[in-house]
Amino acid sequence: MAEEHGRKWDRCLADSARTGFGVGVVFSRVSFHTRIASLCRPNVARCVGSGMGLGMGYSNCQHDFRSPYLLHGHMVKDQ
Amino acid sequence: GMDVKRICFTSLSLQKCLCGNGAAQPMQSCRRYTSAGDSGSVAGKIVAASLLTVGGGVGGTILYAKWDPKFRAAVEKGVPYSDQLFEMTIGPPPPPPVIPLPKKPVGLCICLLIKNVHGCKSEGDQFVQWSHAHVGVSTAEECKECEHEAHAHVVKERPEEVVSARLAAQDRAEHDLLSSLSAKLDDTLGSSAKLTLQAIGAQEAALSAIANHTSKLKEAMDAEGPSDKTSAQWRSLEDALNERSRAADEAGAALLKAKEELEKLRKVINAAKDSKIDAARPQILAAEENLHSMVVDLDRAVGKVQTAQMEAKIVSQYSELVNEAKAQFQKELDSITPEIQANWKGLTGKLSPDDLNSLIAHAHRRIDQLNRELAEQRVREQIHIEAALDQQRLENQKTLDKAVGTAISHSREQMRLEQEKKIEDVREVMEAEMRTQLRRQAAAHTDHLRDVLKVQEQELRAEAQEVLSSKLMEQETNYRRVTQDQLDAFTLDMNAAYARLKGIEEAIDSHVVAEEEARKAHQLWLSVEALTYSLKTAVADSPTEPLETAAKAVRESCADNEFAVALASALPEESLSRGIYSEASLRARFYQIRGLVRRVAMINETRNSLYQYFLSYLQSVLLFEPEQLAPPTKLKPEDLDTFKLLSYATYSIERGDLELAAKFINQLTGEPRRVAQDWLKEARLTLETRQVVNLLSAYANAVGLGTTQAP
Repeated sequence: MAEEHGRKWDRCLADSARTGFGVGVVFSRVSFHTRIASLCRPNVARCVGSGMGLGMGYSNCQHDFRSPYLLHGHMVKDQ
Repeated sequence: GMDVKRICFTSLSLQKCLCGNGAAQPMQSCRRYTSAGDSGSVAGKIVAASLLTVGGGVGGTILYAKWDPKFRAAVEKGVPYSDQLFEMTIGPPPPPPVIPLPKKPVGLCICLLIKNVHGCKSEGDQFVQWSHAHVGVSTAEECKECEHEAHAHVVKERPEEVVSARLAAQDRAEHDLLSSLSAKLDDTLGSSAKLTLQAIGAQEAALSAIANHTSKLKEAMDAEGPSDKTSAQWRSLEDALNERSRAADEAGAALLKAKEELEKLRKVINAAKDSKIDAARPQILAAEENLHSMVVDLDRAVGKVQTAQMEAKIVSQYSELVNEAKAQFQKELDSITPEIQANWKGLTGKLSPDDLNSLIAHAHRRIDQLNRELAEQRVREQIHIEAALDQQRLENQKTLDKAVGTAISHSREQMRLEQEKKIEDVREVMEAEMRTQLRRQAAAHTDHLRDVLKVQEQELRAEAQEVLSSKLMEQETNYRRVTQDQLDAFTLDMNAAYARLKGIEEAIDSHVVAEEEARKAHQLWLSVEALTYSLKTAVADSPTEPLETAAKAVRESCADNEFAVALASALPEESLSRGIYSEASLRARFYQIRGLVRRVAMINETRNSLYQYFLSYLQSVLLFEPEQLAPPTKLKPEDLDTFKLLSYATYSIERGDLELAAKFINQLTGEPRRVAQDWLKEARLTLETRQVVNLLSAYANAVGLGTTQAP
């Protein structure tokens, strides 16, 4: 379980990062394309997006952490 | 003692050497010695008296034992070596009195009777001899006795061979005696017969001589022929007389000899009669008859001779008378005519007439005288005749007596002989009768004996049968018993052997079983050891190899042992499939867990936001607790703090007590628990496995110990 905890943290962080960046990137791109906000700088978008992503990741993590018994299973394909 | 006293008293010079001390007080010392001597003499007296008593007792015992054998036997029985002493002094003990067996002397009688019967069958004489011999022998009486009272007499039975030998010897002796007697008899008979014949012949010769002489004398007397004839006659008469005398002498001598011989014969006959050999009886009888006949003949001859002699005497008397008359006449003639010669017959021519006249006158005178004498004689005739008759009677009587006596003796002898002959005949008849009777008796006896023997045989047979059957039964029972015993013994042995075998087998089986058990235990132990060893194969942080094989080995090695099987199956699956972590790795991991648990110490179900996480992390950074804390024996509720628990657990784990650490970790709640869960699981697994293994090991050890046999 400790490894799981560690893995959870790793996932959390990774997810957070990914989510953040992903969302950021996606948001930036989307924002770039759509010009929703007069967001002048992509960094902001990225930051917003990252922030959103981080936030999402954070809550995800939290959720993840809160549901300790919700294990992430790996589908093992029967060979 | 006495000697010492004497010496002491007699020579003072010897006192020194005797009494020891100087002559200062010799008397005292002597007295001492004498007192010693006295005591010595008293002791000596006592010794002597005791010796005497003992010797007297022993001597008396010996003498009495010599006199009384029972006492001797008693003493010999009582005192151990007394028999040797007795043998040395008195001699060997007297033999016990022999009690002769009251055997029936039937055998002897049978022997005799059978012999008799056999003798009868073979030869009559032989039998007679034998029967006589046997009748003469006293055993016949015994035989008769034994016939009637068989058991009454304690007669020592002579063996048959001895009896037969004796009988044979007796027969032989008798035979010898008989033969000798008969020989003697024959000899004497022969000699006596010869002599008697000789005597008779001599008598006859004498008789003839006498007759001749008498006749000659008569002739001579009667004949008055010429002188030469008369002289011849007289010569012949003289010759005849000489011959007669000679013959008479011869006859007398022969008679004497014959009489002697007859006496001898008589003696021999008497001796033969005395010898009591009945077989010689006929011979004796014959001899006696011969003797008698000889005697008779002899007597007859003698009688004849005597009559002849008497006649001759008469004739000689007559002739003498005539001669006397003649002589007288001649004397007268001579007196008358002295010159005439004697032979007057031849002188008739020469005589003168005177002579003739004188002669005639003498003759006439003589005739007258003779006539007178004749008349006288005629007168006295009667008396003379009577006298003569008397004389003759007397003589006749004498001769009669003699003849009667002789005849009586002869007839007596004859009668005796006849009687003897009759006796002999009767005896023979009786013998024959007895023979038949004896035969009958023998037959009856044999029949009786046969019956008795049959009965006896039957009895004996029955007895023997009984004895045999009893003995057989006894033997059989014995045999059965023995066989039964043998069988029992054998069965016993067999049972024992079987039991032993069984025992051995059981022992072996149990041994085998035990060995099996031991082997199994060993195997178990080995497998448990393998298991234990496999536990050690945990390299740092990687688990041990899967304990599956070891566990399988254990399970196999203890297939029949429920406990072990249960234990083996109690091994957790994880350990089997994956293996367990070593304590060291668990320890190392613990520290990681510890850090982690510290970091998430605050997080539980209620507070599990990330912020809490952060706070908890901060807490863990800022909170300093002693790493190790000795856990109390009793947990209080405030001890259930995470950090405390961790301290306790650390302490425990540092001390190697994983169990306690696990227990403390188990008390964690919330997220720390979750975090420590896998460690706990691992720890639990390890602990479980180790416990099981320990149990198994202990069990294997116990079993091994149990099954190990002391060498």
